[in-house]
Amino acid sequence: MATTVKIPAPLRKLTGNQALVETEAETLIDLISDLDRKYPGIKERIYDGKAIRRFINIFVNGEDVRFKDGIKTKITKGSDVSIVPAIAGG
Amino acid sequence: MEKLSGLKCKECGRKYQAKAIYVCEFCFGPLEVDYNYKQIKSHISKEKIKTGPNSQWRYWELLPVETESVISLGEGFTPLLPARNLGKLLGLEKLYIKNDAVNPTYSFKDRVVSVAITRAVELGFDTVACASTGNLACSVSAYGAYAGIKSFVFIPVDLEKGKIIGAGIYQPNLIGVEGNYDQVNRLCSEIADTFPWAFVNINIRPYYAEGSKTLGFEVAEQLGWKAPEHVVIPLASGCLMTKIYKGLKEFDMLGLIGKVRTKFSGAQAEGCSPIVTAYKENSEIVKPVKPNTIAKSLAIGNPADGYYAWKTMKETGGFAETVNDEEIIEGIRVLAETEGIFTETAGGVTVGVLKKLAQTGRIKKDELTVAFITGNGLKTQEAVSEAVSRPKKIAPTLKAFTEEFQRM
Repeated sequence: MATTVKIPAPLRKLTGNQALVETEAETLIDLISDLDRKYPGIKERIYDGKAIRRFINIFVNGEDVRFKDGIKTKITKGSDVSIVPAIAGG
Repeated sequence: MEKLSGLKCKECGRKYQAKAIYVCEFCFGPLEVDYNYKQIKSHISKEKIKTGPNSQWRYWELLPVETESVISLGEGFTPLLPARNLGKLLGLEKLYIKNDAVNPTYSFKDRVVSVAITRAVELGFDTVACASTGNLACSVSAYGAYAGIKSFVFIPVDLEKGKIIGAGIYQPNLIGVEGNYDQVNRLCSEIADTFPWAFVNINIRPYYAEGSKTLGFEVAEQLGWKAPEHVVIPLASGCLMTKIYKGLKEFDMLGLIGKVRTKFSGAQAEGCSPIVTAYKENSEIVKPVKPNTIAKSLAIGNPADGYYAWKTMKETGGFAETVNDEEIIEGIRVLAETEGIFTETAGGVTVGVLKKLAQTGRIKKDELTVAFITGNGLKTQEAVSEAVSRPKKIAPTLKAFTEEFQRM
């Protein structure tokens, strides 16, 4: 069973307007590279070479990866991954 | 030429049209409203502002809407009070309280929501929505009702009763999400991608956030057209602080006040202090936390503007401090007892931190200091139910009162 990745609206131009894409990657950094192979340019939008960009949140099964192992976070098959821009509020 | 020139990425400077978008497609930085300051400068003056409405709309020239028929319930232009008693207690000679607890729905959120809904209607939306820690919920519900448009309001299900009732009475579509605010926010960002609504804190955010600048404008005007020397501001997403700073700098740039040398100090609750932690660790990375505090209106564990608030405090030579739940309650009590202002838990955080900064000499006794009180105590009564004077029960006779009086 593949992992589904939710793509936020500002990145959908790169995914041919798809809001959901699939991957077989087993860690977050592999997932980002895999997406970049399929949708070139997506990697540099979300990853600055060292860490996830400041204004991006990535959730694996609802948990912010910064509470897990960051880009090394393991992704089990069938997980739900969401890429979400930072939002204000209160 | 219009006063609005468009939107601009705060990080990389890329320009966008002034539509309902909020994030840069290239670097994901937040989009900010870009103005034609040259054109504004030729229109704006102290005299014109002084004769404007007694609301935040006296600063219409610097707010991101095109219409003059704004959706307003009279928000803003709230009292700036010299806090003599509290000042004396804390050893501060020039302390002021900006009391934003007296807005139409009793918090500063009415400022941002009035701007957001005016802009949303202007952009053609018929439904407004938000994710909220409570105060925003009350405000969006009220202004949605007044504007005659549909509203969807998403809150954590365990909010204070005063905030659930304070929003619900306006009959919005109120959704209680089983989770904390950060989870509500994440859900809403997915909903905002799917439903064609004006989410005030998501796709309308660049406009919404600008409303907070008016707190900076007002304080400067009320002090006789000058910036304070030190401000203490509660931090949730961090947006309020960065916008008050922007407001003062705009006034400076337009020649309405002198050079801004204000120190910006931030206040958070110990149980949710990602921005203060970053400040204390001198790290520009604001690590998210899982909130656990009675100050629910500040319980944002993953603050979107945390980095900018951190930068504002560092740039201006301000400080950052936290208080625990007990100190928050004490802060609420002391503000009520000394200045007659009943604030909610966020105000307790501000007063508690103000006290700490004064006691440790980080606010100097002759510094012109303003503490921002952003919400009303009637909404978070649970927090102080143990800290209030109880009625002394007596029989309806003069004798009974005289006896009670002798015991007092």
